[in-house]
Amino acid sequence: MEVAAVKGRSLWDDARRRLLRNRAAVASLALLALLVVAAIVGPYLTPYSYDQINKADVWAPPLVHGHLLGADSLGRDLLARLLIGLRVSLAIGVVATAVSLVIGVAWGASAGYVGGRLDELMMRFVDVLYSLPFIFFVILLMVTFGRNFILIFLAIGAVEWLTMSRIVRGQTLSLKQKEFIEAARAAGLSPAAIIGRHIVPNLLGPVVVYVTLTIPAVILAESFLSFLGMGVQEPLTSLGTLISSGAQDMDLAPWLLVFPSVVMVATLMAFNFIGDGLRDAIDPKDR
Amino acid sequence: MVRFLFRRLLVAIPTLLLVVTVAFFMMRAAPGNPFETSRKLPPAIEKNMMAKYGLDRPLGQQYLTYLADVARGDFGPSMKYQDKSVLQIVREGFPTSLTIGLSALILASALGMTLGVVAALRQNEPADYAVSAVAILGVCIPTFVTAPLLVLLFGLKLGWLPTGGLAGPESLILPVTVLALPQVAVISRLTRAGMIEVLRSNYIRTARAKGLPEHEIVFRHALRAAILPLVSYLGPACAGLITGSLVIEKIFNLPGLGKNFVVSALQRDYTVVMGVVILYATLIIALNLLADVVYALLDPRVRLA
Repeated sequence: MEVAAVKGRSLWDDARRRLLRNRAAVASLALLALLVVAAIVGPYLTPYSYDQINKADVWAPPLVHGHLLGADSLGRDLLARLLIGLRVSLAIGVVATAVSLVIGVAWGASAGYVGGRLDELMMRFVDVLYSLPFIFFVILLMVTFGRNFILIFLAIGAVEWLTMSRIVRGQTLSLKQKEFIEAARAAGLSPAAIIGRHIVPNLLGPVVVYVTLTIPAVILAESFLSFLGMGVQEPLTSLGTLISSGAQDMDLAPWLLVFPSVVMVATLMAFNFIGDGLRDAIDPKDR
Repeated sequence: MVRFLFRRLLVAIPTLLLVVTVAFFMMRAAPGNPFETSRKLPPAIEKNMMAKYGLDRPLGQQYLTYLADVARGDFGPSMKYQDKSVLQIVREGFPTSLTIGLSALILASALGMTLGVVAALRQNEPADYAVSAVAILGVCIPTFVTAPLLVLLFGLKLGWLPTGGLAGPESLILPVTVLALPQVAVISRLTRAGMIEVLRSNYIRTARAKGLPEHEIVFRHALRAAILPLVSYLGPACAGLITGSLVIEKIFNLPGLGKNFVVSALQRDYTVVMGVVILYATLIIALNLLADVVYALLDPRVRLA
């Protein structure tokens, strides 16, 4: 990371070339692009809307009555619901990760840059939070404030920032020793400006990697909540909610369980492969 | 070592206090109370019930009373099951959760370490890739997907295993397997990475040069150093198992503590929720501490202070 601006670009060029050589990562990128497009555009293209109840089509198996993937206990089209569910899950993944990114980077960079007593105190706080059974607090949060869409984002984001802050702090500690930070300080910049303008941009590599790995973790966390009946509320749905209700009717209508599960696993796998690929590409030394 | 233990215990107390405080006030901030049922109680009776459990007093006073009770080891009565205390409920549910969790941990360690060692010894060969594939699947297929799919296959289609409930050891096979799978993935990855690093080190080369048989080198010399990272994974693994067991107990309809927690939270059974949170928080803190101690015992380079 100590390279100058011109060489810095070639570092990213290198990383891109390494990433494109990784076949699993490239295939995952293509798959993810497909999933994202499907989640954004797909719901407008289906013949049925996701909350449209069709009495004639109750438990319709795949390919019957224009239901490509079948229909559920209310005759709602599974394809339409799957696309909406994917959209909701991806949205939760991205927004909650953004929340965790903002908190984690601010916390970690401040602790690492200021150092000393404050660093000790802030990281001890992270240690304490680490040792808490978080799922319990998220459940309590859901119970306390009701099943609120925004709250799900905040709750999960607030849980996921811990690892981010540790990574960022570690990086900041090593960046702090670098000469360009010394130069910035000599030029009279305030600590806030140094953190915002010089430290944070140079944290990009490890942060990008960790973000790609946080998104699937968030999607998973939301699904856990949905599975316990505390996630997104009907008729809106998410991948976790679909799997949860599919599991209840799996002996009658296995397609309601199988298709959402496949999409869920494909999504998680794509993110994980991209994350691993990025890590190898950006930081080739720990391969 | 004694100083280290003392210091960690000193940190553990405020941590637990924080857990109790946050959980207490969150639970009380939730709308409703334990006596709100679908059949509305006459206001006079509801008032009496509230008074009986001290819920009519100021919140701060309730909090202090609760803290004092807990400090004396009294977790109070359940507010939903009127003839049971929280300790009784925990005593009924915890053994099931513990059995499943421990079995899953043992299974995951045994399987994960075996796979990891095999992968490291056959690095970049088909066996290694197969283990990586298993690890990726384990991470990417969540328990709430594997569980219903396995039930569908082995329970409903093949009829080999029970689909739920707790009757005999065979009813534990599916839950334990499902719970262990994600941990197998992580443990095999950690073992593989550790083994590969250790096998490159000088003392292994020395052992080879001395002409020790390969199994002796792998098991007596390499493995002991390679599993060190696993020890520090003990705490997170435990947290993962607890989270997983919430889902597992629901799917397989097991009378464990995790299922109890979700139900109690929804029913506002304040004391049971608090009891379970305290139990699990203590468990996780204790296991993290244990991991640090074991790590120091295994690795003489680590000095605890």
